[in-house]
Amino acid sequence: MYDAVLAESIMITGHGGDQIEAYSARPLGPGPAGGVVVIHHMPGYDGQTKEIARTFAVHGYNAVVPNLYWREAPGASPDDAAAVARAAGGVPDERLVGDVAGAAAYLKGLSNANGKVGTIGYCSGGRQSFLAAVSLPLDAAVDCYGAFVVGTPPEGMPLKVGPIVDKAPDLSCPLLGLFGADDHYPSPEQVAELEKALQEAGKTYEFHSYEGAGHAFFSVNRPAYRPEAAMDGWQKIFAFYGRYLAA
Amino acid sequence: MCTYLTEKIEISGSAKGASGWFKVTDGSVYFDHPVHAPYGHTLNIDFLAPAQGPSARVAVELSADSARALMKAIEAVLESAPPGLE
Repeated sequence: MYDAVLAESIMITGHGGDQIEAYSARPLGPGPAGGVVVIHHMPGYDGQTKEIARTFAVHGYNAVVPNLYWREAPGASPDDAAAVARAAGGVPDERLVGDVAGAAAYLKGLSNANGKVGTIGYCSGGRQSFLAAVSLPLDAAVDCYGAFVVGTPPEGMPLKVGPIVDKAPDLSCPLLGLFGADDHYPSPEQVAELEKALQEAGKTYEFHSYEGAGHAFFSVNRPAYRPEAAMDGWQKIFAFYGRYLAA
Repeated sequence: MCTYLTEKIEISGSAKGASGWFKVTDGSVYFDHPVHAPYGHTLNIDFLAPAQGPSARVAVELSADSARALMKAIEAVLESAPPGLE
């Protein structure tokens, strides 16, 4: 079986026509392949997120990670770029949507593309994956423990985001939610509120909350890593994308 | 969670980074995910010179207990330093 993949840094057209850096990982077979926009977590466009993109490529998906902090810190190391972006209060929602739209267009333009594109995001990227899915025509979205889809950041927190659960009726695609039962942001109550909103809007969704896992349980290089939850989560992701992106 | 909780201050002094010493003008103090320290959240301090770009940064990530100990140590040293030596 031919299983070569190509992974490389590229430039894509993001929000407002800006050229931004991105990391592309794609199988070199003829396809047809679904596409995945991987939305990095708050600590940035780092090696672990690029590894996630390569994992999708190995499993037959074209994947791309837009560097959401490129404008603030072009060429800087991921941690320095994240420090600048976080000090500025995070990525503006409108810009995020534009960057994901650009990444999706890149994936659809690949010669082996099947025309379907999904998103996945972790931490702040979990909220942003949901935000993209209520703002853009997508085929599947995965929210990994995104905070503040429901709920407002506590007073004094300079994070410039608000709740977006009211946009659930605009969800354009099925949603897979993977959460840690011990997480506080989002809390199990907030996850339940999101689920209720999706039910009321008649949306297709699948939620899993893992006991013994908190925030960032997919992060292999952090003490929050929970192998059992992460391994099961990966299986859920591939089953979900297999249903909605690969066909 | 991503707290983004940040206190920004103006500072005056120098720090030694990857490219050697540089003059720092700004500080960020925040409690959030570390990049490297083995904790879920840490007290992070960035010593910065924004005019020189994002890479002009000396960063530390401390456990909450370490940060409190550091705070006390700094206060103790400053209190015991003879006046007029600045």
